[in-house]
Amino acid sequence: MNGNLLCTSNPVDDKETLNALLKDRRGEQYYDEMTRLEVNTAALQQLLNDTCRSRIRTWLGICAHCGMCADACAFYLSNDNDPEQVPSYKIQSTLGKIVEKKGEVNNSFMRYAMDVAWGKCTCCNRCGLYCPFGIDMGVLMSYLRGLLFSQGFVPWEMKIGSGMHRIYRAQMDVTVEDWVDTCEWMVEEYEDEWPELKIPVDKKNSRIMYTVNAREAKHYPDDIAEAALLFSIAGEDWTVPGEGWEETSLAMFAGDWEGATLQVKSVYDAMDRLKPEKMVVTECGHAYRATVIEGPYWAGLKSGRTPVITQHYVEWVAEALRSGRLKIDPSKKIKEPVTYHDSCNYIRNGGLSRCGREIMSYIAEDFREMTPSGEHNFCCGGGGGLNGIGKYRKERNIAQRVKKDQILATGAKLVITPCHNCWDAIRDLEEEYKIGIRWSFLKPILLGMVIVPEHMKSKEVLK
Amino acid sequence: MYNFLTGPLAWFSFIVFFTGMFIRSFFYLKGLDSSIDRVTYRVNTSRGLKEAVRSIFFWLIPFFTRGWRTQPLMTAVFFIFHISLLTSTLFLKAHNMILKERWGISIITIPDAISDYLTVTVLAMAFIMVLRRLLLPQVKILTTLSDYLILFISIAPFLTGFLAFHQFGNYKFWMLTHIISGELLLVVIPFTKLSHSFLFFFTRAQLGMDYGIKRGGMNRQKGMAW
Repeated sequence: MNGNLLCTSNPVDDKETLNALLKDRRGEQYYDEMTRLEVNTAALQQLLNDTCRSRIRTWLGICAHCGMCADACAFYLSNDNDPEQVPSYKIQSTLGKIVEKKGEVNNSFMRYAMDVAWGKCTCCNRCGLYCPFGIDMGVLMSYLRGLLFSQGFVPWEMKIGSGMHRIYRAQMDVTVEDWVDTCEWMVEEYEDEWPELKIPVDKKNSRIMYTVNAREAKHYPDDIAEAALLFSIAGEDWTVPGEGWEETSLAMFAGDWEGATLQVKSVYDAMDRLKPEKMVVTECGHAYRATVIEGPYWAGLKSGRTPVITQHYVEWVAEALRSGRLKIDPSKKIKEPVTYHDSCNYIRNGGLSRCGREIMSYIAEDFREMTPSGEHNFCCGGGGGLNGIGKYRKERNIAQRVKKDQILATGAKLVITPCHNCWDAIRDLEEEYKIGIRWSFLKPILLGMVIVPEHMKSKEVLK
Repeated sequence: MYNFLTGPLAWFSFIVFFTGMFIRSFFYLKGLDSSIDRVTYRVNTSRGLKEAVRSIFFWLIPFFTRGWRTQPLMTAVFFIFHISLLTSTLFLKAHNMILKERWGISIITIPDAISDYLTVTVLAMAFIMVLRRLLLPQVKILTTLSDYLILFISIAPFLTGFLAFHQFGNYKFWMLTHIISGELLLVVIPFTKLSHSFLFFFTRAQLGMDYGIKRGGMNRQKGMAW
């Protein structure tokens, strides 16, 4: 531990520090200490010299200040066109100043930059699609987060989250034993109704290695059982790894590049160990972004690709429906109007727009697309770690207005979203705005309408 | 004076302009780093280049991208400004006459009357761009003094050229200020935000490669929906 201080520039690498942080109610002591945290300007300057190259410097330098990015931002629109929410302003007044002053910035500036980097941006990357010069302010904001993390100016929950990854290789304190126990428990829990259900752990050379979000192990274990059921119904040869089972990366959200690297390497090690044909990631957007899109670079993989081909859950579902491995009972298709929300992390940043539409064509009779959609979809308002940061809850709730209006405009009361973050955000959106919607992952919806092979049904059910 | 401005000083301006552009482009490319930018520029390069070309092309055509379509007025102003600025400068009869005289080269020309209209258009569009900066809060907050200065440097050759062409007041004075302001513009382009005139192609290509190689490039059959 670093003396008795909770807020330091050191990352959390031991349980003692982690527990001390967890005991701090809402991070009150942590944020109080942050007001006195010194900026190590020499270290900041060194980090800039090492990592701030021509792409970022040119982006910051050639911005024509045209303001075309304004309307692209969910925060700008949700905050009644507040000019301080213009993406270019947010990045120029933070990262732009740090670079301009070569790291010579003070404590209050760094705290302002933290408020912007986590409280006014979800790194959804939408603005980058609206800048004529292709300046991706989401990428710049992620870079800023890295600078801030290195100096200890990071929201309390993000500091804890990154520490969790460093210590447990999971965003929550779920050990490998806890994880394997949870899998076994789910098999027992479901065995009466689904006697054939299995969750194979560490099986080598399977067709699929399935990895999850630690929340599923900790809070939503049924999600794991549902995935297992759907894999079984589809006749998949699959497994979960004992170690390297967790896909998410609060370390990425925190700007903890080293922690993010440790996390993705644990998954790649599992790939190397189990040698599956491919990996399938659960219904989580940022997990896919971290492990599949960004992770190979953190881990130094020259190909820029994961060691084995990786699919997001929507890709697997679309493929299973297309090939007929999952068959939908037509009478059970969703009859009511239903809309679908994509996570920015696998749409704009992963190119999987077509999957959701294909899936909806199989399961819904009255699918209502939001406008705009696909690559141009708006963030749920809670991405980039914002959902989990108490200090910026008000900002998150306001940022959801655009998504609320998008959903309302479809007339649908059911929102399907294959992403944990978006799922949480839309649940909270309903709590905040009470627009009378329901929300769901794909798995429970699919289980409710898929045709189950006879051999999988329990004798009780068959009677 | 005239000979000096159109002789050695013109040479100097063009050398600074072209060398500056070359140096900035060189260092931009040199500074790209696969591991730091997290884009494998040298793996799946053809995929990346394809999206790089699309990324540039889509943004060069008015209303081709969703971004251009969502702001039609501004798109119109920006395209009219840039097109008028380039055509009136490059295809002006007088400019091509000097080129022919000095270096023995010339390109196609347009009638002076059209150049005149285009020059007025440049000035009118610049005026709208200034109004945007003054009136729209989302642009005003971004605007710095140097934005006005750079816009002024950019349009000064057009204003002085217009005044000289129509012989308002002292023709010689306006002609000399026209030449000086044109040369000043050439010199500042590589070292200010005006470097977007060539770096645009690099930054657009870079984002194209990012999307083509890494962020979903392999999953998008039809390419990025710019």
